[in-house]
Amino acid sequence: MLQRLSVPLVLLASLAVCVGLSMGGVLDGYMQTVLMFVGINVILATSLNLINGNMGEFACGHAGFMAVGAYVSSLLTVLFLTDSKFGPALLPSGAALWFFPLSLVVGGAAAAVTGLLVALPSFRTRGDYLAIITIAASYIIKSSIENIDTIGGARGFMGMSRVVAAMNSTIDLPWMIIWTFAGAVFCVWIIQRYVSSTYGKGVMAICQDEVAAEIMSVNTNRIKLVTFMLSSGLAGLAGGLMAHVLGYVNPGNFTILKSTEIMVMVYMGGMGSISGAVMAAFLITFLMEGLRFIIPMLDTLLHAVWLLPDGYELTQVWKWVIIPLLLIMLMMFRPEGIMGARELADLFPRLRQYYKFK
Amino acid sequence: MALIDVDNLTMRFGGLTAVSEFSTRMEGGELMGLIGPNGAGKTTVFNMVSGFYTPSEGRIVFDGTPTAGLKPHRVTTLGISRTFQNIRLWHDLSVLDNIRIAQHSRMGYTSWDAFLRTRRFLDNEARIDRTALELLEALDLLRFKDELPRNLPYGLQRKVEIARALSTKPKLLLLDEPAAGLNSADVKGLIDLVRWIHKEFKITIWMIEHQMTVVMSLCQYIQVIDFGRQIAAGTPEEIQKNPVVIKAYLGDDQI
Ligand SMILES: Nc1ncnc2c1ncn2[C@@H]1O[C@H](COP(=O)(O)OP(=O)(O)OP(=O)(O)O)[C@@H](O)[C@H]1O
Ligand SMILES: [Mg+2]
Repeated sequence: MLQRLSVPLVLLASLAVCVGLSMGGVLDGYMQTVLMFVGINVILATSLNLINGNMGEFACGHAGFMAVGAYVSSLLTVLFLTDSKFGPALLPSGAALWFFPLSLVVGGAAAAVTGLLVALPSFRTRGDYLAIITIAASYIIKSSIENIDTIGGARGFMGMSRVVAAMNSTIDLPWMIIWTFAGAVFCVWIIQRYVSSTYGKGVMAICQDEVAAEIMSVNTNRIKLVTFMLSSGLAGLAGGLMAHVLGYVNPGNFTILKSTEIMVMVYMGGMGSISGAVMAAFLITFLMEGLRFIIPMLDTLLHAVWLLPDGYELTQVWKWVIIPLLLIMLMMFRPEGIMGARELADLFPRLRQYYKFK
Repeated sequence: MALIDVDNLTMRFGGLTAVSEFSTRMEGGELMGLIGPNGAGKTTVFNMVSGFYTPSEGRIVFDGTPTAGLKPHRVTTLGISRTFQNIRLWHDLSVLDNIRIAQHSRMGYTSWDAFLRTRRFLDNEARIDRTALELLEALDLLRFKDELPRNLPYGLQRKVEIARALSTKPKLLLLDEPAAGLNSADVKGLIDLVRWIHKEFKITIWMIEHQMTVVMSLCQYIQVIDFGRQIAAGTPEEIQKNPVVIKAYLGDDQI
């Protein structure tokens, strides 16, 4: 019994540590943001992994669904909880505590419905063609937002920090840390439930031989529909969280570059491996942030040993040389990613006793 | 009512007519053969019957339901299952998972049940597991349940594919060259297996096969097609003696 409870206990304990350290001032605002981005990236990587890893499709428009979730949940919270250009707040600020998670769910649901943009074409096509459709879909979403002036258009949409402030003033806890943590755990949990069921294994069957799947009684269209909607819904959840962590969103947050970043996490983690995707989300987030400090240090070091001319400074631009370079090396020396298609429990079977999926 | 009634099936691919005016009828319980030289259109007939192709012309009525135009998974749910000429297992899923997934049509729960782990989900998953294990046990494959099909010898892969087809609970099982690529010992095993399945599961079996020993020792009735058209039909003895069949197989110049 205790063994079965160990995963929830460990999770609760780590959440408590994060909350405690934030409230105690050990983690400053910046470090808290980094942690929250780890959570958001876990959701993004694991949800895209469901499509690109488990189903073997090549979807590259994940950022579009994030955008839908981000805008829908932000609009709701700003409309209902703050005095904005839409009018005075419709709910007392104390309601933020329950209304915020509700808005995340609605944002996720809206993104899931938008997922139909990709799910329906996937019935008839796959491979390169579907890849292009996913990119097109994300552009449709992005330019739609840019052209709706009531939500700020290309300038973006703000006011979400007041929502977060409303939560914090009602009960003084680092709410965004709690919700990103909960979101990440929920995402891994629901995906794990899905892919370990006979229903969800249809996804892997489609990946490995779609014709055989269809002829062996798998309703491939239904499975694709559910899988694309689940994946884009979770991306929407991540978008909603991100919007409230940043307090401000604009269409530029959801470009193809963002989708690519998520894809990098999936390929780095290993196709079809949830634990791989989680690890890669941690690794990439820390790497991106770490380079902020490492590059200036490298700059000083290289100048000190006379390897760089005085007039040249190693700037943050080099981040976009170093990360792709790491990716190229990974693809050369370990093309299957960190985990391949395996899960942690396949490598350490003893872990299995601590959780149960069925 | 006949189990399956295939009436005047024609399949054209652009200018090529792969099958033309093919008909057959099974009452249920038969073990039928479909033979013919390479490229005669045998697999195309199976592809139409299993719903993979929609016939250009003609009708298929299975168990009272017209199936031409239905999606393959619907046809399978009605009770037609098949194996493939080139084995098409899911090679990176365990043997057990292969058998489980083929029960999708009888899953008995929805995606919501899977997310929420409802009672309905748990009961049905337990049933799926039980059915899969029983089937593997019956076919003497239980000890390979955790293996990946790609790691099994070819003969066993064929057997797993037959097991997977049975897992959909078919009334009619289509076997597309089940003996292709097997060594002579495996072929003997296969003949016994098909005969045993036919008796044990009380299903109708329709097979395409090139190896005459297999067809002749298993099938009660055989249809021969060449260039998409039926050229002969009859019992194994009749077929073996039929000059038209001999000509189709050996070519004109050898007679
Ligand atoms: N999808 C397709 N598109 C175009 N032509 C096809 C298609 N499928 C089959 N054919 C053609 O139809 C003809 C019959 O093919 P089919 O596979 O049914 O033959 P077969 O009798 O099964 O032969 P084999 O003994 O070699 O398996 C062949 O000429 C083949 O090239
Ligand atoms: Mg063939």
